[in-house]
Amino acid sequence: MSNFTKTFSSSLGKKLVMALTGIFLCTFLVVHLVGNLQLFKDDGGQAFNAYAYFMTNFGPIKIVSYLLYASIIIHAVYALLLTAGNKKARPVAYAVQKGSQNSPWTSRNMGILGTILLVFIVVHMGDFWWKYHNAELPYAKYEISLEDPSIINVSEVAYSDKLLVHSEVVDVQAGKRIVVSKDLYKVVNNAFQTWWYVLLYVVAMAALSFHLIHGFKSAFQTIGWDNSKLVPIIRFLGVWVFGVLIPLAFAAMPIYFFFK
Amino acid sequence: MSNNMNLTLKVWRQKNAEAKGELVSYQADHVSPDMSFLEMLDVVNEGLIKKGDDPIHFDHDCREGICGSCSLHINGRPHGPKQGITTCQLHMRSFNDKDTIVIEPWRAEGFPVIKDLATDRSSFDRIQRAGGFISVNTGGAPDANVIPIPKVIADEAFNSATCIGCGACVAACKNASAMLFVSAKVSQLALLPQGQPERSRRVQAMVAQMDAEGFGSCTNTGACEAECPKEISITNIARMNRDYFSAKLFKSEE
Amino acid sequence: MKLDAKIPQGPLAEKWSKHKFNLKLVNPANKRKYTVIVVGTGLAGASAAASLAELGYNVKAFCFQDSPRRAHSIAAQGGINGAKNYQNDGDSIYRLFYDTIKGGDYRAREANVYRLAEVSVNIIDQCVAQGVPFAREYGGLLDNRSFGGSQVSRTFYARGQTGQQLLLGAYSALNRQINLGKVTMYTRHEMMDVVTVDGEAKGIVTRDLINGAIETHAAHAVLLCTGGYGNVFYLSTNAMGCNVTAAWKAHKRGAYFANPCFTQIHPTCIPVTGDHQSKLTLMSESLRNDGRVWAPKTKELAEKLRKGEIKVTDLKEDDRDYFLERKYPAFGNLVPRDVASRNAKEIVDEGRGVGTSGIAVYLDFAESIARLGEDAVRAKYGNLFDMYQQITDENPYKQPMRIYPAVHYTMGGLWVDYNLQTTVKGLYALGEANFSDHGANRLGASALMQGLADGYFVIPYTVGDYLATVAPKPVDTSHPAFEETKKVVVERINKLLSLKGNKTVSEYHRELGHIMWEYCGMARTEEGLKKAKGLIQELKSDFWKNAIVTGVNEEFNQNLENAGRVADFLELGELMIDDALDRKESCGGHFRLESQTPEGEALRDDENYAYTAAWEFKGENQPEGLHKEELVFENVKLTQRSYK
Repeated sequence: MSNFTKTFSSSLGKKLVMALTGIFLCTFLVVHLVGNLQLFKDDGGQAFNAYAYFMTNFGPIKIVSYLLYASIIIHAVYALLLTAGNKKARPVAYAVQKGSQNSPWTSRNMGILGTILLVFIVVHMGDFWWKYHNAELPYAKYEISLEDPSIINVSEVAYSDKLLVHSEVVDVQAGKRIVVSKDLYKVVNNAFQTWWYVLLYVVAMAALSFHLIHGFKSAFQTIGWDNSKLVPIIRFLGVWVFGVLIPLAFAAMPIYFFFK
Repeated sequence: MSNNMNLTLKVWRQKNAEAKGELVSYQADHVSPDMSFLEMLDVVNEGLIKKGDDPIHFDHDCREGICGSCSLHINGRPHGPKQGITTCQLHMRSFNDKDTIVIEPWRAEGFPVIKDLATDRSSFDRIQRAGGFISVNTGGAPDANVIPIPKVIADEAFNSATCIGCGACVAACKNASAMLFVSAKVSQLALLPQGQPERSRRVQAMVAQMDAEGFGSCTNTGACEAECPKEISITNIARMNRDYFSAKLFKSEE
Repeated sequence: MKLDAKIPQGPLAEKWSKHKFNLKLVNPANKRKYTVIVVGTGLAGASAAASLAELGYNVKAFCFQDSPRRAHSIAAQGGINGAKNYQNDGDSIYRLFYDTIKGGDYRAREANVYRLAEVSVNIIDQCVAQGVPFAREYGGLLDNRSFGGSQVSRTFYARGQTGQQLLLGAYSALNRQINLGKVTMYTRHEMMDVVTVDGEAKGIVTRDLINGAIETHAAHAVLLCTGGYGNVFYLSTNAMGCNVTAAWKAHKRGAYFANPCFTQIHPTCIPVTGDHQSKLTLMSESLRNDGRVWAPKTKELAEKLRKGEIKVTDLKEDDRDYFLERKYPAFGNLVPRDVASRNAKEIVDEGRGVGTSGIAVYLDFAESIARLGEDAVRAKYGNLFDMYQQITDENPYKQPMRIYPAVHYTMGGLWVDYNLQTTVKGLYALGEANFSDHGANRLGASALMQGLADGYFVIPYTVGDYLATVAPKPVDTSHPAFEETKKVVVERINKLLSLKGNKTVSEYHRELGHIMWEYCGMARTEEGLKKAKGLIQELKSDFWKNAIVTGVNEEFNQNLENAGRVADFLELGELMIDDALDRKESCGGHFRLESQTPEGEALRDDENYAYTAAWEFKGENQPEGLHKEELVFENVKLTQRSYK
């Protein structure tokens, strides 16, 4: 075995993989959230669709996205490997074990939380990512006034395999910019009209919250941040930003569409 | 005394390493609250011996919380319900009349049961042997005050060094991970100037041995820290992780 | 046999250097052809095993605990002396030597004690190099504190667990050698006997405590580092497993036992609460640096306290008798252990004891807390205070601690010469297992020093002197002596296992302890000792008839282990009584009521008793033979010890 493989097959190495993929997924969450905030814009989804196009067609982002998919898979696979090893480390279970008295619930249930998240990710990607890439979605046509960009006229364009995913034309004579793009916004809007689908998202975001309350600081502990001045900052970010703010913002989206 | 207690014990009995074990109930009556937990077991054992039965075997020695011999998973927690003490320092006043107390051995692949409540913790010795030392022969040491060590560093090293090697961290961890123990040992020497020459080699060797002994991996639950009778901090784990990764990934020597 | 202590000639300060030069050396290439057995892995054993392996010898190390790190040296709290004079307060090797000789009430060998003081400085260096985290000052240099019986600060410490830190240092050195293959470690193995061939130690017989296997091990020399025998008193500050078996078996194979009656009663322990009690807990002597020992001035007040009619905090300053400060103004609360203990006993005997049992005096921190603040006191003694509260359920920050003396250390042990060799050639005794350095009373922070001195800095030189006379041929257990000794061991185990009476081994142990404490404890009389001798003999014969030992040999059998140890304690107890009877003087921890000064202090009889009593085993149930090693004092003047 090379030093590299030896490192990553050790218990600490596997933990490092979990930590690094975890932190990477956390940074993705921030990007994903910033993009998705476009959903709240009252522009008929123009900004959101533009963002969706950018995310799926800009070269460097594409590379990062493959890294992201890999991270999700590696994070899950290593979690399974570690869990299997951990089960083996205690072949006979205790008759009585009171974990609640020495450790937080979240920290002991990362596997369950992670499983919920994985199921969610599959559903979520199937409904949006897969549809966006493969399904015959209708298009939205935005006619934006050049004088006042807040005046937008939205109309639907039927699917045709001749249309580009996204196109932009400036018609100076008519005084407007015409944007035609695949209408992911509509998919989102439609999806969140169903109450149980909204609930699924809210539950998943709760799982995300608990997963990150432990996971974020845990990742930094694993990579070895023991600096007494930085650790409180990590803890704060882990709980308030990744544990509360981000999941809340994500959960607000389906609720927003449901009640819109 | 009137405040004596009557208790029901459910004790793990297992004849030897190969045998199958089970929880067996015993009655412990007239238990004084001033007794230590192990003294309570002594009394139960005296009764068993008088009946010609095999007494309950458990490891114990100094009975003042420093040798690390005593173990016992009591009502679901290593060293019982109180924090910062070993089982031998636990007194019966922490229990109430008519309580049922479940007593189990440490459970871990790295700590196989020898008999009843006694387990084999020699895995800890083997981890230490792999690198938990400073290679200095007797006689060659410079004057003790040649290298000043800042008090905060010395104190931090001492805090890590207070580990008594009892294994409560492993027992408490849902993954039976030995990270707190190993990291405390690694940290003590990594913090001190004397430990620097072998710092990289040490952490790699000790982690490799820890893995070989079949302990689980750390998921940072903090249960070890909460149950450690010497209240050793999981900061040690972070410190060891960093040392390990920097040794493995960034240092040229093996 | 005439005792030859092999003390080198010449001026005191040059003896050790000269001796080291005169000792025979083993050729470096030949060292790996020798095997040395080390029994016990406390400070003396672990340091000896590691140091010998470093030199190139093959070492087989044994301990009955599940790990070498659990030997009872681990429990030492206070500190280790070293004549570094880092504090510039007038310390020197000579002063440490002098304090130790005087502290031991002039019943130790000058040459040994001087050597101890001399190597004390090397020990500190060695430990720091190993990474022992001693307490430090803000400037980064080592901190010191003062300890009983001395007026300089020479004690190095690691909060309240110096013993653990030093042992972990020695254990790490041992681990390194195990890792290198130079030491073979046998844990959970109890030494059952010494094998001698033509009067020389050639190996040992052990029992594997897990499966009961009786094994023989051969070597060119055997080192016993098996600690003291304080558990003969049943209740002591020793660990539950501490025992005399190894030393006692060696004694029966020809090693003389020296000064067995010299036991140290430590003044500051947590008092006994009831019959269930299995051991006593020490509160470090360092507490006497800031705590003041007192008792109520009158019997009446003490009685009211015991009955709970008044609270300790109700007592006015005028009602308190700070008896150590009153009687010993120069040393105050820091008088040596034997003096402090005896005074506490006197108070209790006068009926001025406190606590529900009336067998305790107070150790009070109120004044220190007022002067330094609670936080400063907590920083210094927090762990000890917590321990006290844990055991007694009383808060020592709010009310004084109750303390009472308890058996703590045994100065007596196997007789050894200057080379630490017993009267059996090739058999050595180190640390508390030997008798050599503390005389009739050990000073605080000296046990750790002696254990490590013997292991790190004495035996590596002296064992070579013997090995150089033995052919470097491989050893094996083929000599019939191994089989014969093994047979003796097996027979004894079978005899123990055949005991199916009605009294548990612990009950016998407890009874023995009561007898020893009552008659051979802090105060001894001829009459009492004679009575005790009879009682022990009765108890012993009853043991071999009515004890219960359960189970079989071929299993993990703690009851059997304990039975063997208690059987040996029963024999040792009688020898201790004999020794105490023989010594019709008071000295250090041995206080014969018949021999005291008008002020009630220990009165020595240097004319008749300035000797080490070395006892020779003459056969089962035979009186032991007394050999006297006269103590020659060339450098110190024998005076009545005074701490006033």
